[in-house]
Amino acid sequence: MLSSRHILGMDDLTTDDINRILETAESFAAVNERRIKKLPTLRGLTVVNLFLEPSTRTRTSFEIAAKRLSADGINFTASASATVKGESLRDTAATLAAMSCDLVIIRHKYAGAPRILSEMMDCSIVNGGDGIHQHPTQALLDLYTMKQRLGHLEGLRVGIVGDISHSRVAGSLIPALLKVGAHPIVVGPPTLMPARPDVLGAEVSWDLDEVLPTLDVAYMLRIQMERADATPFPSLREYARFYGMNSVRLAAMKPAAIVMHPGPMNRGVEISADVADSDRSLVLEQVESGVAVRMAVMYLLLGGADSGAAA
Amino acid sequence: MALLLKNARVIDPAVGLDAVCDIVIRDGVIAEIGTDLKIPKGETVECAEKVVLPGLADIHTHLREPGREDEESVYSGTRAAAHGGFTAICAMPNTEPVADEGSSVRFLRERAAAEGAVRVYPFGAITAKQEGGGLAEIGDMVGEGAVAFSDDGHGVQSAGMMRMAMDYIKRFAVPVVSHCEDESLVGRGVVNEGVVSTRLGMAGWPAAGEEVQVARDIRLCELTGCRLHLAHLSTAGSVELVRQAKAAGLPVTCEVTPHHLFLTEDDLTESYDTNLKMNPPLRTREDAAALLAGLIDGTVDCIATDHAPHAPHEKALEFELAPFGTTGLETALSLVVTHLVATKKADWAQVAQWMSAGPRAAVGLPPVRIEVGALADLTIVDPEARVEVTAEWFVGKSRNSAFLGHKLLGKASDVLIGGYFALRNGKVVV
Repeated sequence: MLSSRHILGMDDLTTDDINRILETAESFAAVNERRIKKLPTLRGLTVVNLFLEPSTRTRTSFEIAAKRLSADGINFTASASATVKGESLRDTAATLAAMSCDLVIIRHKYAGAPRILSEMMDCSIVNGGDGIHQHPTQALLDLYTMKQRLGHLEGLRVGIVGDISHSRVAGSLIPALLKVGAHPIVVGPPTLMPARPDVLGAEVSWDLDEVLPTLDVAYMLRIQMERADATPFPSLREYARFYGMNSVRLAAMKPAAIVMHPGPMNRGVEISADVADSDRSLVLEQVESGVAVRMAVMYLLLGGADSGAAA
Repeated sequence: MALLLKNARVIDPAVGLDAVCDIVIRDGVIAEIGTDLKIPKGETVECAEKVVLPGLADIHTHLREPGREDEESVYSGTRAAAHGGFTAICAMPNTEPVADEGSSVRFLRERAAAEGAVRVYPFGAITAKQEGGGLAEIGDMVGEGAVAFSDDGHGVQSAGMMRMAMDYIKRFAVPVVSHCEDESLVGRGVVNEGVVSTRLGMAGWPAAGEEVQVARDIRLCELTGCRLHLAHLSTAGSVELVRQAKAAGLPVTCEVTPHHLFLTEDDLTESYDTNLKMNPPLRTREDAAALLAGLIDGTVDCIATDHAPHAPHEKALEFELAPFGTTGLETALSLVVTHLVATKKADWAQVAQWMSAGPRAAVGLPPVRIEVGALADLTIVDPEARVEVTAEWFVGKSRNSAFLGHKLLGKASDVLIGGYFALRNGKVVV
């Protein structure tokens, strides 16, 4: 069990909660190695993927996680839903509530949307990404991936590089790292920084090359050209020159340091192809961890502890 | 008909009055002020422990008629004003359609004459349809009774357009009321840029987005000589710019709202309460303190509500989608009493200045004084009344108040307009 019924943001989770999720995820990862990957744990429970913004990766990850736990997973996507006809989020939530779901995962274009669901529905809510605010399960799977490779989290120096101001991934990863005793450093041009990065508790740098040798993890964010109102740097080429991960920069890092990326990658922009495909890159491990971590989140939120051991 | 107000504490700094006395009102006019007054026939109202002020005026109200009568109307908005202790309000022109020619001003005046509970003074738009492309029919609107001009809601983006408008408007001797918001800086900002935008993960609305246009409009005031009134200033920097402009002798006035005085960005939490979404946004504690300091030193001329009613289904949307604005008419006076008078940060004479004489002078409304021969537009305040702000407590049509749940001290008990009660014992009676 967790200390909160919902995961709307990292604030809902204590350090104990995070550790419990990561431990539980380890046992589910073992299940995911088996030929038959299904557990009966959440049989009879209904998990709704309410994805009101296009997403393939996160939605698929949650969907697989639900299926592996034998929950009945329903996909409610923007294109197929009533929302394009002008139904409000509150009405959508009330409609879903009337159908008695047990867990809703919401992805939405606007910050605070998961909170609206939690006010309208009686079930557990997981934030699958809200606007430029938070994406907590991404942060959890990132912690899991780091811990698996590096053995520990405490004291790690994690550089989060790129568009910090429009990144919900950074919005959750920074507090998550702080909760486990790691040290986040946000790196990018001033035009991609939030107004007050200091309030997030992260160190700030405009110079990737300066911080690179001190890092244990270089976490490269996707450059989201579609979000910015006006392009906040002159060209992708110039961005890559100052902030792109490539083999030269990788060589400047500690020998055991790793490179991560939440996907989907823009090869040649924030990460070069050779680094992306190297054994120092954990991009696919992140995807793999995503399923186990999301299984753990569902299991712990839905009181799965009552129905026996995880694996 | 004669009316005798007994034993009230009567305060009007404009005539140097602060005394416990009686007021006799005959035929809508103040006939006598003194002690132990008697009237042979008529009605006597005991006002011991109450404060009588010259009628309060709100120079920033959105009445929403025509166009959004589901949110507010002349009928409901003027009753909300009376409930809040106001005897006069100024109606902003950003209705649907926009009040940008004489007939729309006449429409509002006729509606107010037919259904209004308090006096209504219309503002007209600066530019046609408030689109910033060309002048609205300013003179036509002056002819129908518009008292000031504003593109409130988004402001005039082009400096050249604003200059032309101010050059044109000055011959009518009315002020331009500027909504300062540089859209190229504000973009999609919905909360103050800084701590709160970072914390809640939403686009920020920087203080500079306001200050750049405050500075611009002060320079244009200097260039054109047109009177300038700056609406809903929200930042310390804006107040400082006005302080300098006044020191230079420019005809510049400004207002602040109760929500920018008494709430800050720290009130915005992970609950994403859309009733706290307003334009300009709630700023920092330092900004709020600078607004109050500006009021106290006279840089800020008045308090205005920016009463902005919104339909519940629109305020129930996601924070970034919900419309900007909070209601304000019914809570303004109680907030001022609670946060300034009861805490001794201000006295009643300052309240009269900030909520009656100051706003009237800023936009050239007829002055209201408590003296013999003056029209009896009076606000009677019960300083000990307790108010719990609940949705049911409001008289206006909309409930989108940033102060829901607040417990306040002090409330208008009676409002007299031309000697007639609009509010009596706390109840709207017209």
